[in-house]
Amino acid sequence: MKPLDSLAMPRPAGASDPIIAVAGLGKTYASGFQALKTVDLEIRRGEIFALLGPNGAGKTTLISIVCGIVNPSTGRVTADGHDIVRDYRAARTKIGLVPQELTTDAFESVWATVTFSRGLFGKPPNPAYLEKILKDLSLWEKRDSRIMTLSGGMKRRVMIAKALSHEPKILFLDEPTAGVDVELRREMWAMVRRLRENGVTIILTTHYIEEAEEMADRIGVIRKGEIILVEDKAVLMRKLGRKQLTLHLQSPLAALPPELRSGSLQLSADGTELVYTFDTQTQETGIAGLLRRLSEHGIDFKDLQTSESSLEEIFVSLVRERA
Amino acid sequence: MNLYAIKAIYLFEMARTWRTLMQSIASPVLSTSLYFIVFGSAIGSRMADIDGVSYGAFIVPGLIMLSILTESISNASFGIYMPKFSGTIYEILSAPISALETVIGYVGAAATKSVIIGTIILVTARLFVDFSIAHPVWMVAFLVLTSVTFSLFGFIIGIWADSFQKLQVVPLMVVTPLAFLGGSFYSITMLPPFWQTIALFNPVVYLVSGFRWSFFGVADVDVGISLGMTLVFMLICLGVVGWIFRTGYRIKA
Repeated sequence: MKPLDSLAMPRPAGASDPIIAVAGLGKTYASGFQALKTVDLEIRRGEIFALLGPNGAGKTTLISIVCGIVNPSTGRVTADGHDIVRDYRAARTKIGLVPQELTTDAFESVWATVTFSRGLFGKPPNPAYLEKILKDLSLWEKRDSRIMTLSGGMKRRVMIAKALSHEPKILFLDEPTAGVDVELRREMWAMVRRLRENGVTIILTTHYIEEAEEMADRIGVIRKGEIILVEDKAVLMRKLGRKQLTLHLQSPLAALPPELRSGSLQLSADGTELVYTFDTQTQETGIAGLLRRLSEHGIDFKDLQTSESSLEEIFVSLVRERA
Repeated sequence: MNLYAIKAIYLFEMARTWRTLMQSIASPVLSTSLYFIVFGSAIGSRMADIDGVSYGAFIVPGLIMLSILTESISNASFGIYMPKFSGTIYEILSAPISALETVIGYVGAAATKSVIIGTIILVTARLFVDFSIAHPVWMVAFLVLTSVTFSLFGFIIGIWADSFQKLQVVPLMVVTPLAFLGGSFYSITMLPPFWQTIALFNPVVYLVSGFRWSFFGVADVDVGISLGMTLVFMLICLGVVGWIFRTGYRIKA
């Protein structure tokens, strides 16, 4: 299945050359488990792309293939124009990865581990640059500490520092804020934005929908090894993000009075509830007018509640709908 | 060639060596010194010369080989097993480096450490017993070749092992018996004829014999055969390492 946006939305000029192009990618593990069916996906230069999906949907497998940790079964991937298999050196030099698990060395110092990472990715030493990264991540004071003595949040930042040590153009963050406290999460969001301002393309997977809502330019939803949707966040929220007002009526209505009939007002099957759906993005919701007209028609209600479809609800409904 | 990566891995591994200086260098030196005191000075003084070489001197090449074999294997296997175990191998796999560069980094560092240990033991031995080296260049060549070959072997074990127990089992159950029975402490010509033939299937015999030849100019088997067998074993290990990286065996899904 093609990502929806490539059909629906004309691409802005200059973005026609995706920084990552995934075509027909499939992965079946030796156990027979098919983690990815056929994935096609294009990541635009300089965007923050959030990949959402339930556990086991294939998020980490997809990232692992792009980064060279897992061999694909079918399909191909290019990173900044370089095939990740044939031209793996050029491709991997462009990519930084922060995996989901907190996996760090134990006995090495922070400084030693970032120096190691930079060298591993083939870059000549640049202490000034590494100093800047560590300062940005509030790790400079800890540069001589052994990694095992650091807190979980600091270890997470060490992993980010390692991923950034070779000045990648693409950064993968696999569940970057899992198990991270609220304050640090905010700090990391700010850091991700700074990176984007410096031209780094960021792909993040997350369980926290609010994270995608807060950060992402575009959102992709993956389910059972297939990308089921790719959409601009704003478009997605507008299209699918609705607010609803539910009125519990005093006495059931047989039908809506003709003057009140509209697409946005629905009477429940048993006639006890009125559901009014309105757009969250507009200034004028029409609630005041609706309530006035209801009382004009003598329709009384005993209770009311409003609910907003968050990205989470959109996501849940998407994943269910296509199950 | 990603030289920065090779250097990064090499320095990382060597840093581990210096950090664990006591267990990585001091302990093999200590245990070998004990061998020299017991077998070289105490028991050796009551034993007859072998091939015109005093027993204390005779066991020097064998003991160095014994240490190099076990140290190369344990150091190289641990070096690659740890990132697999802790998960930090993701970084090696996602880095722009070839299999060859990875192996040069890890095996190079493990072999370097073995050569250092071998040299220290050699110097230590000189304090206990008197000997001279007949073919110093060949001595160094055998030292380096054996260190590299068995570091490769250790690298393979480190990749194959999926538990600490497996990591220990090959050095303990296979290599130590082969090393002890490979003529470290005796000449295989001292064995009954039947066991002499059996001994020729032990690769360590060729290593010890060749190494001893470089010291004293006498050998159990022809030095050319020793060299040839060592090279054959190295090529087999290289082939296996190549296969591992081609197939992603135990490191890549």
